[in-house]
Amino acid sequence: MAEGAAAHGPGETPPKGNGAIGVLPILFALALFAAFLAALPTVSAGERLLWTIDWVPSLGIGFAFMVDGLSLTFALLISGIGTLVLLYSNSYLAGHPQYGRFALYLTSFMVAMLGLVLADDLIVLFVFWELTTITSYLLIGFSHETEKGRRNALQALFVTGAGALAFLAGLILLGFAAGTTRISDILAQGTAIHDHPLYLPILLLLLLGAFTKSAQVPFHFWLPNAMAAPTPVSAFLHSATMVKAGVYVMARVHPSMAGTDVWLWTLTIFGVITAVYASILALRQTDLKQSLAYTTLMALGTLTLFLGQESGYAMTAFATFLIVHSLYKAALFLVIGSVDHGAGTREADLLGGLGRAMPVTAIAAAVAAMSMAGFPPFLGFIGKELKYAGALAVASEPVLVAGGVLLANALMFAVAGIVAFRPFWRPAGGDLPRKPHEAPWPMLAGPVLLAALGALFGLNPDLLQVSLVNPTVLSLTGSENEVVELKLWAGVNLPLVLSIATFVLGLLFYLAHRPLRASLAGFFAAAPSLDRGWDGFMDALKRSAGAVTDIIQTGRMTDYFVATFATIAIGLAAAMGFRGLPSLDPAFGAVSWIDLALAGLILGGAALTAFTSSRIAAIAALGVVGIGTALVFIFFGAPDVAITQLMVEVLVVVLVAIVMLRLPRLDAAPNPFRPGHAGLAVAVGTVVTLALLAVLTAPLDRRLSDYFEATSWPEAFGRNIVNVILVDFRALDTFGEVAVVVVAALSAVALLRQGKAGGKGETK
Amino acid sequence: MNSVILRAGTRYLAGLLLLVSLFMLLRGHNEPGGGFIGGLIGATGFVLYAVACGTRDARAALRVAPETIAIAGLLIALGAGLAAALFGDDLFTGQWLFIGETEDDKGLPLSTVLVFDIGVYVAVFGSVLSLVFTMEEEV
Repeated sequence: MAEGAAAHGPGETPPKGNGAIGVLPILFALALFAAFLAALPTVSAGERLLWTIDWVPSLGIGFAFMVDGLSLTFALLISGIGTLVLLYSNSYLAGHPQYGRFALYLTSFMVAMLGLVLADDLIVLFVFWELTTITSYLLIGFSHETEKGRRNALQALFVTGAGALAFLAGLILLGFAAGTTRISDILAQGTAIHDHPLYLPILLLLLLGAFTKSAQVPFHFWLPNAMAAPTPVSAFLHSATMVKAGVYVMARVHPSMAGTDVWLWTLTIFGVITAVYASILALRQTDLKQSLAYTTLMALGTLTLFLGQESGYAMTAFATFLIVHSLYKAALFLVIGSVDHGAGTREADLLGGLGRAMPVTAIAAAVAAMSMAGFPPFLGFIGKELKYAGALAVASEPVLVAGGVLLANALMFAVAGIVAFRPFWRPAGGDLPRKPHEAPWPMLAGPVLLAALGALFGLNPDLLQVSLVNPTVLSLTGSENEVVELKLWAGVNLPLVLSIATFVLGLLFYLAHRPLRASLAGFFAAAPSLDRGWDGFMDALKRSAGAVTDIIQTGRMTDYFVATFATIAIGLAAAMGFRGLPSLDPAFGAVSWIDLALAGLILGGAALTAFTSSRIAAIAALGVVGIGTALVFIFFGAPDVAITQLMVEVLVVVLVAIVMLRLPRLDAAPNPFRPGHAGLAVAVGTVVTLALLAVLTAPLDRRLSDYFEATSWPEAFGRNIVNVILVDFRALDTFGEVAVVVVAALSAVALLRQGKAGGKGETK
Repeated sequence: MNSVILRAGTRYLAGLLLLVSLFMLLRGHNEPGGGFIGGLIGATGFVLYAVACGTRDARAALRVAPETIAIAGLLIALGAGLAAALFGDDLFTGQWLFIGETEDDKGLPLSTVLVFDIGVYVAVFGSVLSLVFTMEEEV
């Protein structure tokens, strides 16, 4: 799992930097962050910024964007952490041969995420949602030369992509039910959607999308696998972005959708299960990065749990914990990247004694981890107090919910110690692959700044309250009165008691984590794994696709023709059987000798084609059939069609001759009578004849012909209606057709040249 | 195919076919014809030449690779369609210029529609020749 430039040691000269391609994305992200920061005073004052340009006005869809408390909080986290992650990556992956690609993916991902949280239109929201899916796929699969990297990227793409289909259906239904795709308009309708008959389907589809994206159990398995990405990417995906997209959407629709029993119970149950299950799994890991990955799941479960509720407590807890988690999670992931970079491993049992070699990283890690564990005076403490208050405010099952949160928090406490305390302050557990060294300043900036913010906001909660928490709660509840004041010391109350219980329980988990881990590992090795189930599912899918392909694709031209013509015969026969046979009494005019002669020509050509044993004769006879058809067009007054038919016929004869004459002689092989093929030919001929007769008996609809006859000269200055339609009335269609012709010809050329590199210009 | 008679005849027939194809292209707006048909007829001229004299000579006579011609045709047609935007109309709306227009005579009509049809001609011409030449060479 050594990544990119992590492979250079302290004694060696560090590789060259990435030049402008490394610096420009940082500046871009920083500019975005500054722009959002500039909008902060306006939004903190309770205002909403809206911005729209038309996109599909006929459907009422526009590129609409909205900056309110909720979206601005996300936007600041995304662009701020994005800046620090890009700065970090520029050193972490310094000199990586594909750094340009990496920077492009990461920047695109950041922009897609920003579009997602700022979108004020359901369709625009979906477009950005899918863009995050695609760019995260590219990021997770950045180490594409490893089998594991490719598999995990595909897994993330499929799981979130499948959820996205449900999500799209939910968004369309929501737009349909609300009568508008504009999110601000939907929010303005309040909870009117509750009474709509489509409420339940909308809710379930949206939640399916959000749960897959935010990795709720049982869709959680892709997220820890997404660790295949370089560590800065994990920091970004896990802290402020990707997985928070699902949380964001649940929060966005919260004012309209929440407040029903279905919403409450679905989110509460999935949230609690995810939080507890993930905390247990986190304790099980020995890889520090994997441990942290599971604590992300725990945070997502907790956020989902809060969004299930409606009370001001829960909403304040949501807003605060969202920010707390983003800050400490990004910091800790970056710290682990630095540890990996500096010491060459992330194995918990191996690492130790890094505090002396990497003092700054160690302190940043400690501060971030104390926020994560919920120690005062850090922001995490306030977040945790609010979590308990929020959980106790859950009207339905306060004991169950608070118990779940307590267990999850205690486990988090233990994980915080394992990840950020042990590697630095205990003696080393074994020989490190590399002599540890402190990270360069760009890799320190992120962890230090993020950890410091956690401490600053903890000591000075008003700052965060006024700027971000209040506007977010306003977005969620529609009223600032609901908000709960953030306080470091709230007096001796139940949440404080629970906090102390958390510390005690957490300490016990921490001290006993090695035996615990062993027994957990035994348990989970025996239990069925969704991740293994996924592999089985994919294998079965590929096998069945292979089996179907083997049946359908025989590689024999004859089989393909049989399938094509049998489809025509059966389809037409079924249609006629279903609709009833047409009356076989078309109004024929007098049959002239010319008609008879043409019919004889075509029939004779067809018969000769079928019965001759000379290939060149068959080709020529087929040409006779085509020319006979062209003559029919001439006699019935369609010269354009006739000329085209004639030309195509000539070219087909040339092409068929080129191919056929290279084949062995027909009479070299016996040519037995094939009753099956003969029967198929007769069947196709019969149904096509019947269909043509049916067409002739129906009255001709002349509305379009009349229109073109009337307007062709006055509007398009042409008397040849066929051509005027082609080049003027329907020019766009013609352009499309010509493009198809060109692409088909070029593809055929490419296919023919395949395997004959340098065969250009070769003549026979 | 090695036939002196065919080779001798092709000299005249190929030229004649090209001439007819241009005639078909230009008269297309009012009489049977048009870019598609013209392109096919023009292509048969070179196909005949290739059958009689071989694709090496046919490619040499064409001077430009047929693939390039096909793409050029597509670009010409696209340009004619996009030109409408310069006049503030929807894409692919015909733009007309009548030189020497009088009361009852339209004079010499020039239009983006004609350019579009020329693009179709060139695209079809290039596509058919790409396919036929490659088939002849590779199969």
